[in-house]
Amino acid sequence: MPDRTAGRGTGARVIPLAHEQRRKARKVTPNEVAARARAAAASRRQARSARRRADVARLPSEGARPVYGALADPRLRKAASFARRRLEGQYVVDEYGYDEELVEDVMAPLLDFLYESYWRVEVRGAENVPKHGPALLCANHSGVLPWDGVMLTLAVRNEVPSQPVLRLLAADLLWRIPFLSHWARKAGITVACDADAERLLLEGEMVGTFPEGFKGIGKPFSERYRLQRFGRGGYVEVAIRTGAVIVPVGIVGAEETYPMLGDVKILARLLGTPYFPVTPTFPLLGPLGAIPLPSKWIIEFGPPVETEDLMPEAAQDAMTVFNINDGIRDTIQQILYRNIMQRRSWFW
Amino acid sequence: MGQRILITGTSRFLGGMLAKRLESDPDVETIIGVDTDPPLFDFERVEIVRADIRNPLFVKVLQTTRVDTVVHANVVADELEIGRGPMKEVNVIGSMQVLAACQKAQDLRRVVVRSSTEVYGSEPDGPAFFTEEMGPRGNPKTGYHRDILEVEQYSRDFGRRRPDVSLCVLRYANILGNTVDNPMSQYLGQPVVPTLLGFDPRIQFIHEDDAVEVLVRAVKSDVPGIFNVAADDAIYLSQAIRLAGRIHAPVLPPSVALAARLLGLLPFVPVPVNLVRYLAYGRVSDNTRLKTVFGYEPRYTVLDAIHDFALKKRAERMRPEPSEADWEEDLRRFIDRKLAETTETAGPDPAPTPSGDFPGGLSDA
Repeated sequence: MPDRTAGRGTGARVIPLAHEQRRKARKVTPNEVAARARAAAASRRQARSARRRADVARLPSEGARPVYGALADPRLRKAASFARRRLEGQYVVDEYGYDEELVEDVMAPLLDFLYESYWRVEVRGAENVPKHGPALLCANHSGVLPWDGVMLTLAVRNEVPSQPVLRLLAADLLWRIPFLSHWARKAGITVACDADAERLLLEGEMVGTFPEGFKGIGKPFSERYRLQRFGRGGYVEVAIRTGAVIVPVGIVGAEETYPMLGDVKILARLLGTPYFPVTPTFPLLGPLGAIPLPSKWIIEFGPPVETEDLMPEAAQDAMTVFNINDGIRDTIQQILYRNIMQRRSWFW
Repeated sequence: MGQRILITGTSRFLGGMLAKRLESDPDVETIIGVDTDPPLFDFERVEIVRADIRNPLFVKVLQTTRVDTVVHANVVADELEIGRGPMKEVNVIGSMQVLAACQKAQDLRRVVVRSSTEVYGSEPDGPAFFTEEMGPRGNPKTGYHRDILEVEQYSRDFGRRRPDVSLCVLRYANILGNTVDNPMSQYLGQPVVPTLLGFDPRIQFIHEDDAVEVLVRAVKSDVPGIFNVAADDAIYLSQAIRLAGRIHAPVLPPSVALAARLLGLLPFVPVPVNLVRYLAYGRVSDNTRLKTVFGYEPRYTVLDAIHDFALKKRAERMRPEPSEADWEEDLRRFIDRKLAETTETAGPDPAPTPSGDFPGGLSDA
């Protein structure tokens, strides 16, 4: 009788079925296709870092530029050189479109205000995120606008600095929206599809997903912190196929940023959005209604769920996938309840 | 016996360059170029047949010349070049005829079809990288997309009917470099480049040297299959424009359909409809199969291709009389060839046979 995967200290109560094969040892080669995909991904990863080094080396060096007298202030000078390099196209983005310089020098400093001061994000269980190697973060989704994705990215960036940027997977609606779509790309977000997630995980990147999707982010305030259906478990299949660890994440605080009191279905249909929110400030105050409430946030990373010892064929087994999916959903719900109880109020 | 090769589309960049490269290959016995338009270069060895690939006599050309390799590179990407109607005729009916003729050619061993990454379309929810096994997403929205899908369908049918012929389908990304002239290079070559406001797609190129090299290798090898021919990396359109030294002008309305219509009215280089969708949503394909199965590592990245393109543009601006320089080069080439010819006729070297034996009164080069 196979032992429980839960026995591995996961907290996710995953009970393997009797017919499930388990790998004899960790280092057993999976089937050949997967091995080839892995090798290709590894060489892509190497080629990418080599290319990045070459591209960066080709950028004009700072010293080669004349310094104007008016720009004596080093901060001003830095800003001017940044602007000039941007206008000349002298910067490096990776092939997924992640623009590290733009994120680190422009986006993150602006958003750090929200992270540090406005929502005072508190991170728990950061040790559950692997320091290196692929991981699939799986979080609850809430709060009308996907600020939880932004804060989760910042939390990983601040608390697990050894990992590369978190690559969030975003639903197709985002990719139709002008401006937002390419900013999202530049911040490292990619399309929510198996192909992208699998490719990134095989290349050793960290991927973040919100399996509830629009059902989670667009749920009424009365249903706050009640997890919706976790999609069809596609993310579990991807994790099994790539052997990546799944880390359940509970995010508390996003629900109160925009308490959604109602949903104008007719307007939503007209605009082609999944919902049209009515909050205490929107649409009453117009654009001002987009200002979120300063709730207190807690992001907790739960114990990781290993998928590496499952055969890749387990991804085809709907019951295995369903069980793991259910276990992760359960873990996140527990994290949410625990953290809500510990929070004194919405705001601190 | 050397390789006997027939190339369609010698008036176009890929077909012409391929013929030029194969000329100097001693293993190639015969090169026949079929195109209605005059060829890209004045060739020395290539026999040019001025014929329409849609003509039923085309099959006779294949049979009488007993070619063992056919390269179908006569695919028109630019809707504005000849108009949508003729473009469809050339792409769809032309490919149908060429592949139908190939089916009847008994000596054939190898067929190479030039396709495009356009088969994947340009959709907002497309994956970051398209691999060869991914089919088209949604319905084709542009004429070129539909054409390319049909070209590939005919290729698949051909592959099924003639399993003895090794079939290679090359899906090319946009070709860019220092000589190629195509819709993308014209678009990026404008002093002010209009883009869709609010959209900054990831795009991808293949350097022209790599593009030609892949085609040459496809002719020389017999690896079957479908391959994306693209550089390793991708770039944002905005960065590409800036690196090319152009002014980036995000001016057009963020509605793709409206933009396509308005683009025709603006005083810029007209942009084909399929390029407009590409400028909104982009498309990047994965070249892993090209590297591992086909066995070719692209030598240039997307940045290299842009860099070469920018150099060319800068050089063009510096050159005082481009027409005169072109003319001079033509003259020099002519003199060189005549010189070579006189030395050749003096020696015992067998000159390429004139193609007077083709039915239908087809002329040679």
